[in-house]
Amino acid sequence: MIYADNAATTKMSDAALNVMIQTAKENWGNPSSLYTHGQRAKEIVEKAREDIAGIIGADRSEITFTSGGSESDNQAILTAAMLGEAKGKKHIISDTFEHHAVLHTLSALEKKGFEVTLLDVHENGIIDPAELEAAIREDTCLVTIMFANNEIGTIQPIKQLGQICRAHGVIFHTDAVQAVGHVHINVNEYNIDMMSASAHKFNGPKGAGFLYAKKGIGLSSLIEGGSQEKGKRAGTENVPAIAAMAAALKENADKTDERSAIVTKMRDRLIEGLLAIPHSVLNGDAKSRLPGNANLCFEGIEGESLLLLLDDKGIAASSGSACTSGSLDPSHVLLAIGRAHDVAHGSLRLTINEETSEKDIEYIIESVTEVVERLRSFSPVWRDLITGKRQFVL
Amino acid sequence: MALYSEKVMDHFRNPRNVGVIEDANGVGEVGNLKCGDIMKMYLKIEDDIISDVKFETFGCGSAIASSSMATELIKGQPVEKARELTNQAVAEALDGLPDYKMHCSVLAEEAIIAALDDYEKKSSVSDLSDK
Ligand SMILES: Cc1ncc(COP(=O)(O)O)c(C=O)c1O
Ligand SMILES: [Zn+2]
Repeated sequence: MIYADNAATTKMSDAALNVMIQTAKENWGNPSSLYTHGQRAKEIVEKAREDIAGIIGADRSEITFTSGGSESDNQAILTAAMLGEAKGKKHIISDTFEHHAVLHTLSALEKKGFEVTLLDVHENGIIDPAELEAAIREDTCLVTIMFANNEIGTIQPIKQLGQICRAHGVIFHTDAVQAVGHVHINVNEYNIDMMSASAHKFNGPKGAGFLYAKKGIGLSSLIEGGSQEKGKRAGTENVPAIAAMAAALKENADKTDERSAIVTKMRDRLIEGLLAIPHSVLNGDAKSRLPGNANLCFEGIEGESLLLLLDDKGIAASSGSACTSGSLDPSHVLLAIGRAHDVAHGSLRLTINEETSEKDIEYIIESVTEVVERLRSFSPVWRDLITGKRQFVL
Repeated sequence: MALYSEKVMDHFRNPRNVGVIEDANGVGEVGNLKCGDIMKMYLKIEDDIISDVKFETFGCGSAIASSSMATELIKGQPVEKARELTNQAVAEALDGLPDYKMHCSVLAEEAIIAALDDYEKKSSVSDLSDK
């Protein structure tokens, strides 16, 4: 199998897997217990906290362990909303192509009287800092903008966006689930107040993540109970997963530049090869995007059938078509960057990593080209396009 | 567990009766690009029997397999019989479809009805012009 769906999840690294198994075997004590066996588990959790904090330029007291990206997003947003509400500030700024972990949390707040402004992400999938500045109001309590988009991989000008928030005294949260472990992030340099991350997107285990919250931001807890995580996240810590998350992040952080160079080169060849297919388009900015992300639309075909035929060829990929998600609408991300419905149904996301070979890239290009051609051969939409009954969009 | 049954995958990978019939006397197209599945059915009807049928589909695996199976079920059948084809029958013949994919099989049923309506409209027009 050629795995080209690393934005969905990644394979655990050997380092992370070994730490996870070893911790589960040897350090299975409860970190809240006072005897040595429990305290050793506690040490492991605290060491992981310190390591992770060091990698992102934070203090260990600013890291809270969670179950992953969704929980971190929820907690960050609800925290800022509660802090804002206490001061009578109930306006939040975000954008149209956030992950549903952010968008659905915002919808829930709207039902509770908050007002939400969603910034345009433009055709290139990048937010204009001036538009953020113009949207900030007296009563804005939070700006939440993702570091990198999970579908089209575009990277936002986080440093500038953060700077604008600082200047206006507004909390800035970023969902960096797709970016942590793949690009360098220093929370101070980037003016980030809160940041969500998820281990399974950077070769760590599923069900583990963290939330960075700058000193002075008192987190509201989503889960009440024991006093773990300074009372901000009750529940006995998932010690093996936390240790493995830190191991995975450490390894990725050490190799970021080296990996990024190799993967970017392959990604660019992949994009070039796929754009040779007639009536295709790249989704999102060609430069400001994650090293491994290629996302294209092909006119006249539908994404799920493309994925199934690629699966037959041993290629694991994903699509933003409606029929893959079980809803009637194609991906909100593709609609947000202005793709028409018909084109959005024919999308393909390939997210490669350093384990992908140059031979794999050529095989993917060849396979996608063949499959698109095959599907077009019996598509009534394609027939209408080539006979001039319908206008090409791409 | 696989998303689709073996039967669905077989019809998806090797769709039966794909293509167009140039001298079709009943053509029906249903679906829309907003929801992402479009089917076009071509019928050749002689003496009230569907002597030939072909289809073209833009859509997911379930839509393509449903179109393929639907054409197999009506080929060689009298028009009356073809009108009775239901999406449940198509889905059953495919050894079932996931719940959220049933709407794709509904399109197959609708495409056939649309093609039969087209045939009847055309033949009633020619009946009139005969008189
Ligand atoms: C941008 C983004 N945010 C949040 C999440 C949710 O993360 P998790 O699966 O860890 O809850 C994902 C994962 O799909 C993501 O890509
Ligand atoms: Zn469908």
